[in-house]
Parts: sequence; structure tokens; C-alpha cells
Amino acid sequence: MSGAQKIPVTVMAVVPLNELVTRFEFKRTDGGLLPTFSGGAHTVVEMRDGDTPRMNPYSLMSDPMDQRSYAISVRRDDAGRGGSLFMHKNVHVGDEMVISNPVNLFSLDLRAKKQLFIAGGIGITPFLAQIKQMERLGGRWELHYTCRSKALGSYVDELTTQHPNEAHVYYDDQEQRIDLTALLDGQPIGTHVYVCGPKGMIDWVRKTAAAEGWPRESIHYEEFLAPQSGKPFEVKLAVSNKVIQVGEQESLLEAIERSGVDAPYLCRGGACGQCETRVIDYTGNFIHRDHWLDDAEHVSGEKIMPCVSRFEGKTLVLDR
Amino acid sequence: MSKFAFPPSMTSRPVYGRLEPRAGSAHLMIADAEGAEAILDVATPDMMAKAHIIYIPKGTDFGDRLRALSPAQYYEGPSYAAAEQRIAKAFDDAKMGLQVYLSGTEGVIGQAQHAAMQAGVPHTAIQTEHRGSTARRMQCVHCKGITEDVETDPFQCSHCGLHLFVRDHYSRRLAAFQGVNIDAEDPGNVPEAKGIYE
Amino acid sequence: MTIQFNDETFRDDYSFHNSDRALKRFPFPFHEDSYMYSVNMEQHQGGPSDSIYEKRFDVDEHYVSEMRDRAIVLADDPLRCQSLPHMTLAGWDLLELIMVSKSEDYPDLFELHRDGDQWRWVNKPMGIDDSFTFLDEATLPYGPMEYITRQTQGDFAVLDQRDDNLWMDAGMITTQADWSLDFDIGMNFFEWHAPVPLAHEKGIFVRALKFLLNIQQGAPARRLNWTLTVNPLLDTSPENYHKWGIQKTSMTPETVGAKQHLRVELQTFFRLPRSNALVFPIRCYLCSFQDLTKTPKWARRLHRVIRDLPDELATYKGFIDNRPMMLDYLSQFDDGLPTSLGIWPDLDTEPPLQKG
Ligand code: HEM
Ligand code: FES
Repeated sequence: MSGAQKIPVTVMAVVPLNELVTRFEFKRTDGGLLPTFSGGAHTVVEMRDGDTPRMNPYSLMSDPMDQRSYAISVRRDDAGRGGSLFMHKNVHVGDEMVISNPVNLFSLDLRAKKQLFIAGGIGITPFLAQIKQMERLGGRWELHYTCRSKALGSYVDELTTQHPNEAHVYYDDQEQRIDLTALLDGQPIGTHVYVCGPKGMIDWVRKTAAAEGWPRESIHYEEFLAPQSGKPFEVKLAVSNKVIQVGEQESLLEAIERSGVDAPYLCRGGACGQCETRVIDYTGNFIHRDHWLDDAEHVSGEKIMPCVSRFEGKTLVLDR
Repeated sequence: MSKFAFPPSMTSRPVYGRLEPRAGSAHLMIADAEGAEAILDVATPDMMAKAHIIYIPKGTDFGDRLRALSPAQYYEGPSYAAAEQRIAKAFDDAKMGLQVYLSGTEGVIGQAQHAAMQAGVPHTAIQTEHRGSTARRMQCVHCKGITEDVETDPFQCSHCGLHLFVRDHYSRRLAAFQGVNIDAEDPGNVPEAKGIYE
Repeated sequence: MTIQFNDETFRDDYSFHNSDRALKRFPFPFHEDSYMYSVNMEQHQGGPSDSIYEKRFDVDEHYVSEMRDRAIVLADDPLRCQSLPHMTLAGWDLLELIMVSKSEDYPDLFELHRDGDQWRWVNKPMGIDDSFTFLDEATLPYGPMEYITRQTQGDFAVLDQRDDNLWMDAGMITTQADWSLDFDIGMNFFEWHAPVPLAHEKGIFVRALKFLLNIQQGAPARRLNWTLTVNPLLDTSPENYHKWGIQKTSMTPETVGAKQHLRVELQTFFRLPRSNALVFPIRCYLCSFQDLTKTPKWARRLHRVIRDLPDELATYKGFIDNRPMMLDYLSQFDDGLPTSLGIWPDLDTEPPLQKG
């Protein structure tokens, strides 16, 4: 099994929201209905960038119950490896693309007495779907959303008009900050907090909530690690008996796929564990970047998560 | 002796730790009988300033020593059933950051844990320490009746009268171990009852 | 192929029986001559024509009678079907999955007509024609999970997924191999499996859970599990064990072939879309030893598996006392010839029994 089942889609709309963020809307190419999903789910979008296949995960932000179309919002990352740039520059209305079935690694705890959402920047997207789900189910929720500036505040207007009591927005350039300790203090027992945004924000919320005595199970976060570039390296795939080169701008997983070997994945962001691969032999150093393996596994040299992690050294032999 | 080392068992059977002080906005401590000792061991003045202790002495005399800790709120009641409404209210009013400490017999720990879970506290965030009697709260799987303080196995159900094998399989939702008929395949052949840990 | 529904019972006079067609498609669970627990899971994307793997939810000749038996169990003990409050959405997901699958896979038996939220469901074998509003519990006679599983063979455990674990927070359990939903509801994967011997130590549950957590929408999985039951009794519940346990002692060498049944569970796993929950249908198939031994390969293999099964498993599955009697019976068929790998009967290639 490699990844989710694929869905052929056609781009229905490309809507630039501001200088950095563009929304893309898809419908099924065969005209049928898309699967429903749960708030917080993502889809993996496949791109053909010349000879380079790219697959990036994006949170679904449309109404989970609406089967006619899906929407994602993509923030342009000029320093990144090119997936978001490709979406911004090369994807147009009418294009046919392939996406995965929805996968949720950031789902709501439906037992919660109240859902407290904390978003930073483009981290707003999973919450847009979760809010629609909460509205449909009739649960209590509250959103605290920080943006760099009014001009870069994606979906702020929509949120504040539709949910004036629940949505709270903070602008960095106006020195507005979430008073997190005060916010966490006094939440009714059974509240769950969810955070999606830059790594610094996630760490801050997790640390503060833990220090305030919030249980680990009540704190949820989603952090997609974009695979990072790095020095090229060579890998031997023992099962398929191939030697492949991992380029500077591609992940180990992408290089394996490029060589025609079917490898499992789900999130492509170091979170789900699906791509876990056994190391048969190595001389050199691993650059582990995933959230899946624990520290002991990282130092053991026995496993690697090829969607985000890399290697520097002479030989690496994988059980793949 | 108030501490007992339970033999290793199956994965549904609760394991108990040692209460330790944790950061939190408030501290709710529920104990019965020798469970008081665990509170006495963990209490600090800082903690007591934000603590609510609910205690069921069951004939022991730790009450004065607990009161002397000067918790923000102290209650002593004759039984868990008598304290139940008060416990429910404490959880209804609680805020995130509340720390829950339970100590004493498995029956009281289990029932208070269930009340905390209903309020939305994950069971793994609840601290528990076993002290005192090793008697079990047990549900008869046949008639569903729950019997408190079961010390022997097999045990005759206090509700339906079937002879039950007292299993280690445990349900947090019922706060009870499971009792299953022991002579179904050979009616009348009931082994002599022994202490559960004998 | 149209299905002739049996009129039969799973209690009292036990008029349950398998037709030749049912025998041919029986899911024999042993792919080799021995058995041990393993992480035996595969994709559930169809299978050979008319096999039990072919459809998402297999409907067979026992359907109507099994549903009648379920209604009796529920009337007697409503706690066999429970759903914790946060699982209602998953119940709707399950209702949709079953209605869509059955109406597509058996259009002559089931119809689903959808106009937005307004749904009409027609179940011809059970004579049901109901209209309701999707996601509105007030428009159904039962909760969504109970409504649809009163019309679908097999038990159903609905698992909430959170904190890297699965939680049995809802279920319809009336044909179980001696475990109690009322007791296990709310437990996680390791807790409800606590009583199983050997498998924890072998790391089977840790690996199985990792696999299950990653099951995706549109990519269901399946496995087979088995036990033995005296008489074709569906409701082997702990709740009623004090009533049915005695039947285990009722077998004689003359009746063992007719009374002793192999009980096979086809277990499938589907991700549910709106709730991100997982549903675990446990479909039970029964077959008497005397019917099984009509298939030469199965006759040989069943004897060898039962003979060599570790005592821990025979005890857990509750047949250690009757094993000698079963082996006396089964050994009359086992001629010692080798068997082919795999679960299929291989009627064309396996030689006829040289004994029996
Ligand atoms: C998530 C869905 C599953 C549910 C709800 C489930 C539930 C159960 C339950 C309730 C029991 C009876 C335990 C008792 O004695 O009280 C059981 C037994 C067992 N389960 Fe599961 N199970 C699931 C998945 C699996 C998987 C994926 C595997 C392994 C690969 C597995 C392996 C077993 C085994 C080996 C037994 C013992 C069965 C026997 O020997 O008859 N289960 N399961
Ligand atoms: S694909 Fe999810 S961790 Fe690598």
C-alpha cells in the first residue's frame, strides 16, 4: 500500500487572497462526488514539475460535508523546494491534477466540552474546516488567530463577520499578542486546545499549556514539516536492488519514488509513521527531522523516515 | 500494612503509582481510609492553599491530621455514595489546570476516576495511589449487579447468587472488575473460596 | 445470483443449516496445517466471484434469520448495543457506508434514494421502506448505528481514534465469541485485548494497532479469526454463559460431528469519513465439523490444526476439555496426505480422502 487512494480532479478556481496566499478549488474530473472528510484532514496534491514529481500535503479548508468541491490555500514559500511556487505559478483553472483521499492527523476530540483553536498565519486552514464541522454539530468553540498584518490576514473578514463572538484576530504589526496564560486560565474542564502555525508558536502553546497543568491528551498540534533541501547522497535499496541518488532539492522518499520503487506514505511530513523504513547498513550520519521516531530510535541507526529525513556519509542501505 | 505490591497482570488491570505534586490551578484530592497517608505524604503548604480534600475515613482516624494540613476546602463523609453529589459538583465547577489525586482502595479510586473522566479529565492525567484494603469492586457480568469490597475468589454474587470467578479484566467505565460464573459447565462444582491474592 | 433466505434458528431447536453453496463459500481460516496468532491483515478490495470477500458487506442465506436472532437478543438485553454520546456522528458514517455499499452491491435487494439530506432506504428481504433526514436522529426509530446494524449481519465495534490509540466507544454486539460490549465499552485497543494469551508478548497488538491507525478512507482491510462453538449458537455472550456453557458438555462421540461448529469471523476495517472513526465489522460464519469434512483438504487440515494448537489457545478459546473427543472424530478423516497452501478448497486438485 503506498499512500492514500488517488482522486483525479480538475482545478475549478484559483483565487489569490493576498500577496502570499492563493486558494485552489478542485472538483472531480469525472463529475462525481468527492468523499466527505473530518475537519483537520489534509490531502496530498501531486504536481508534475517538468521531470520532477512533487507531492505536497495541504489541509482541506472547505466544508467537510460539501462533496462537490475541495479547497486548499497555499502560502508561497520562496525559500522552499518549489512545491508551493509551482502551485502559484503553474496551476491554472481547468488543469487536471491528482490528489489523495483525505487523511486526518489533526482530528477533533469530539468528547471535548469546548474546542479552543489557536492559529498562526496559514495555520488557519485546518480550522476553517473544523469550524464548519463544529457549526454543523453544534459544539462550543473559540478561535484565536494571529496574522502578520491586516493585508496578510487570510479569511479574517469571513471569520469575523460570520462568527463575531467566537473569532478573535491579532495583528503582529500592531503589536497585538495572544495573552496565552490568561486565555488558558479559566477554560472549563474538558476543554481541548488545538494549535497550528509556525513551529515557535506550537512549542509556545504546548509548553505554556503543560506548565498550566493541561493534560497532554488535551493539547493537539499539527505541524507539517516541509522536507528540507540538503547535500546530495547515495542510497542502496536492497529489496529492489537499485542504487539511487538523492538530489539537493528532493526528499529521500521522492528519490525512491522517482526510481520507480513503490514506497508507503501518508503525510509526507514526518508525522504519521507510514513511511518508516528499516536501515540495513550505514556509514555516516542521519539527519532525522521527523516527529515519529523517538530519541532512542533516532540514535539507534535502525530506522529512517524518508519523507523528511536525510543522510550524510558514505553508504546507506535501506530495506526497500 | 497499607502498601501492597500487586502481582503483574493483564493490560486492562489498573496499575497504581505514587502521588506527586504537580503544577496546576487547583488540586482535588479524594481518598478513603489509609489513602489519607498518601495525601499526608504529598501535601505541601502551596498545594494545600488551592486544595479541596474529600475524605471517607471508613473507621480510620486520619481526619484530624488531614484537617491540620489546612486545605482550602475539607470534607469528610461517611461513604462514597454520600460524597458523590459533592464530587460531581466539584468537577462541574472545575477549570482546566485542575490536578486530580486519588488514593485509598481500588473501589473509591475507580469511582472517583470515573467521575473525573466524565468531566473530561483524561484518565492518564489522574494520579492514583493504592493504600489499604485490596478488596475489589466487582460487576457480575450476568445480572450486572455491582458488589463492593470483594475479597475472595470465587465469590457468590450478592445480587443474583451465581458463583463467580473474579477476573483481573477491569472496566474504568464501570470502575469494576468482572465476575463470571465459575460452575456453568459443571453445576455445583465450586472450588473453595480463597483470598484473591492468596 | 438471487439468494434463497433460510428460515432457521440459532437457539432452542437449532435448525440452522448451510446449503451446498454456503459450504463452498465458507471462509476456512487456516492457510496451512498449523495455526498461531499473527498480524494477518490484507486489503479488503473484493475477491473471487461469490466468495465472502467479493462484496464490502456480504449478504448470505442466513441474513433474515440472523436479524431475527439479533432482535431477540436486543429485546432481552438492550445493553448489547451502546454508543457513547460523541459517537453519533460515526453512527451516521456507518449508516451511509452500509447503505451505499449494499445498494450498489445488491441492487435487487436494497435501494437507497438520496435527495440532499432526504434519504429513502428500501430493504426488501426485511420488508423495510423508511424515509428519513440524514444526520437527524429524530427521523429514525433508533440511533443511526443501531438502525443500520439491526439490518446487517455481523457484530460491529465502532472505534474512536485519538491519542494514537483506538477506543471502543460504540458497538452492536450480539454474536460475540464470549466478550461483553457493556464491560469493554470505553476501553482502548490494548485493554479490550487484555485477556488474549501470548499475542501481547509476541508484539502482535503493537504492530496491528500501527496498521489500523493508518487505515485510510477508501482503503479498507480485513482478517480472519476463528473459534469453536458447540451448537450453531450465535449469542455466545458472557452475559448468558451461565445458560449456554452447559451445552459444551452435551456432546457425545456420536453427535460431535453435527454439534461441533467451527466459528469463523471475517473482520474488516473501514475508516469513517466525517468522524475519522474506524468501524470493525465482525461477521460470523458457522459450519459443523461433519459439513467441513466433506471437503478433503479442510478435513485433513482441521484435524492437524486442532491437534497441534498450543494449550493456551485451546483453553482461551474454551474447548480444551472437548479436544480429545474432537480429535477422535477428526482423525478418522486424516489420511496423512499433504495439503496445498492457502484457504481455498481446491476441490479439483486435492485428492479424495483415503479414509473415513
Ligand atoms: C480494531 C478492531 C478490533 C477489535 C474491536 C477487536 C476486538 C477484540 C475482542 C473484544 C476480543 C476478545 C477479547 C477477550 O477475550 O475479551 C479480541 C480477540 C482477539 N483479537 Fe481483536 N480486535 C480488533 C482488531 C484486532 C487485530 C487487528 C488483531 C490482530 C492482528 C486482533 C487480534 C486478536 C486476537 C488474536 C484475539 C484472540 C482471539 C481468539 O483466539 O479467539 N484483533 N479482539
Ligand atoms: S509519510 Fe508520514 S511520516 Fe513519512
